[in-house]
Amino acid sequence: MATIQNKLGEPVSDELALVRAAKDGDDAAFEELVRRYDRNVFRIAQHITQNREDAEDVVQEAFLKAYSNLAKFQEQSKFYTWLVRIAVNEALMKLRRKRPERTVSLDEDIKTEDDSLPREIADWSPNPEQQYTQAELREILSKTIQGLPPGFRTVFVLRDVEGLSTEETAAALELSVPAVKSRLLRARLQLRERLGRFFQRRENGDKSVSGDGTR
Amino acid sequence: MKCSEFLHELTNYLDGVIDEPTKMELENHLSWCHNCYVVCDTTKKTIEIYRDSQLYELPEDLRSRLRSAIMKKCQQHKKRPPESA
Repeated sequence: MATIQNKLGEPVSDELALVRAAKDGDDAAFEELVRRYDRNVFRIAQHITQNREDAEDVVQEAFLKAYSNLAKFQEQSKFYTWLVRIAVNEALMKLRRKRPERTVSLDEDIKTEDDSLPREIADWSPNPEQQYTQAELREILSKTIQGLPPGFRTVFVLRDVEGLSTEETAAALELSVPAVKSRLLRARLQLRERLGRFFQRRENGDKSVSGDGTR
Repeated sequence: MKCSEFLHELTNYLDGVIDEPTKMELENHLSWCHNCYVVCDTTKKTIEIYRDSQLYELPEDLRSRLRSAIMKKCQQHKKRPPESA
């Protein structure tokens, strides 16, 4: 089985040099860090908030917070991991403001071990994503991940979409490694089950499900 | 190995962080348990589909607008007198 590739296409070897230059007041160095990670922060923020405007705000607030607290960055972790932690907190704060009636935290909706056990086993069609246009597929993926509790989708996006290691994810979310693994397993299984509504192999080969995937 | 034990190890298996004896046990289970094979295979596809989806890409025009706004706010922050501790 292939391991999950990192989405950060660029080398990180000179990240520390950029961080140190930015600490010394070199704004061009900080702008380079923005250029390097803005797409990642945006993707993470939109996965958590599920709202484009909120994600734009989170990108701005996270980088501004990083800039103004740069002196406090101890260089014991990667700058990117530190930035992700700031961005996740900003994104969760957005969610809390929008849903004040509910507590939004990474510990939310953590039920028993059994709640993710597969109920639907049916196999998928080969290359199921090709049954849909790009726009349809994005809609399906977006709606499907939206249905997960924030704590699950945050772990999933950091590990499986952004390619952070389990340890980096744990550090960014201030969770233990076993907690990350447990949430990741359940996030993956729940997404699999929900996507199955769209991707299941059908006897007559059609893809006739109702728009929201319910049956 | 029971199916529940297989599922418990699924994430480690998919991430390739598993010792050789456990891996062999899991693959032995997969060779006869069709349900676990399907769950494993479709979970792997789920991860790949999300990873390759380019969901929430940042368009270039929005990207440069955001970057300008960030740098402008940083400049404003710099000009502010330092906060007392």
